[in-house]
Amino acid sequence: MKFAPQSSVSLSLVSRSRVCLAVLAVALATASPAAAADYVIDTAKGHASINFRIKHLGFSWLTGRFDDFSGAFTFDAANPEASKVKVEINTDSVNSNHAERDKHLRGKDFLDTATYPKAVFESTTVKMNGDKATIVGNLTLRGVTKQIEIAAEPVGGGDDPWGGNRQGFTGTTSLALKDFGINFDLGPASKEVELTLNVEGIRQ
Amino acid sequence: MLIRDTSAGYGLLTRLAHWIMAVGIIGMFVLGLWMVTLPYYSPYYRTAPDIHRSVGILLLILLVARFGWRLVNPKPDESELSPFERTASRVVHWGFYPLLFALMASGYLISTADGRPVEVFDWFNVPALVHRKGMEEPAGEIHEILAYLTIAVVVIHAAASLKHHFIDRSRILTRMWSGPPSAS
Repeated sequence: MKFAPQSSVSLSLVSRSRVCLAVLAVALATASPAAAADYVIDTAKGHASINFRIKHLGFSWLTGRFDDFSGAFTFDAANPEASKVKVEINTDSVNSNHAERDKHLRGKDFLDTATYPKAVFESTTVKMNGDKATIVGNLTLRGVTKQIEIAAEPVGGGDDPWGGNRQGFTGTTSLALKDFGINFDLGPASKEVELTLNVEGIRQ
Repeated sequence: MLIRDTSAGYGLLTRLAHWIMAVGIIGMFVLGLWMVTLPYYSPYYRTAPDIHRSVGILLLILLVARFGWRLVNPKPDESELSPFERTASRVVHWGFYPLLFALMASGYLISTADGRPVEVFDWFNVPALVHRKGMEEPAGEIHEILAYLTIAVVVIHAAASLKHHFIDRSRILTRMWSGPPSAS
């Protein structure tokens, strides 16, 4: 009997914390723009692209893309530095709009896609500078993992017309071919390739 | 009778086609192996593949023409061959046609996978018949395998002809070089 009041107190504490959790859950669900959310990059409907460009002889820009990739990110508008992103690229989907060149790019001189079918980027930290972000992370390409920085900025975001919510970003980075074991000499003006990533994530 | 084949030996057209293709096919094999090793700034980086594609199309045309010519001409005598040699030579001789056709067609399919035509020197273009993204990869693998297979069959074919010439002392090689005996 002596312990009865105590046990009723502890019961009420439990029910109170349950109420608190429920309130918190509702708050998270309704006030979602302020909370971290998971997004899947909309490659299914083609609202994302990974493009590259490299100088041809120093005379012009040769552009191409990777047609097949997938990725996801977490994003919290209130705390963007907590964002994370991971993208996986099927390297044999390289497309420079020329079949013979694409075949060469897939070969051992360049991507060696038979040995290294995947390239992966996974962010480690995100640093904000006003509206712009520097996404630091590890890129694994042709079996070499190296830290790179992507200069990113938001393009837009919000409710889409079909009941979903989306966030879009664009980012650029530059890679030295030799850093990833690509030693085919394309000439002095063509040592680096620039990458531009356009991603639109659909909130899950 | 100089132009057409007879049972005693090959006519001029068959002999010309044979030796042009012999030089062409072996040359294309060497050229193909060499051109893929060229550095980007090599003066041959563009011309070597251009020549390879152009000669390939011309050889394909010659192959089809030669096959037609072969069908409408008498078969040279093979009575001196043993049953094994007769079967083996038929397999090799008739096997060359589909093998070379597939080899040349696969090369054409690499270059035309993106819908671009093959430019035959500055002479004419062969348009793409099949435009399929990524087709250059399987076509390229098949082209490489068939190229090695072709050279293997060429080696067997050449070894057999040398055996007939130097060991059997027959006219089998001679009739492809200088045609039927001069009396005919």
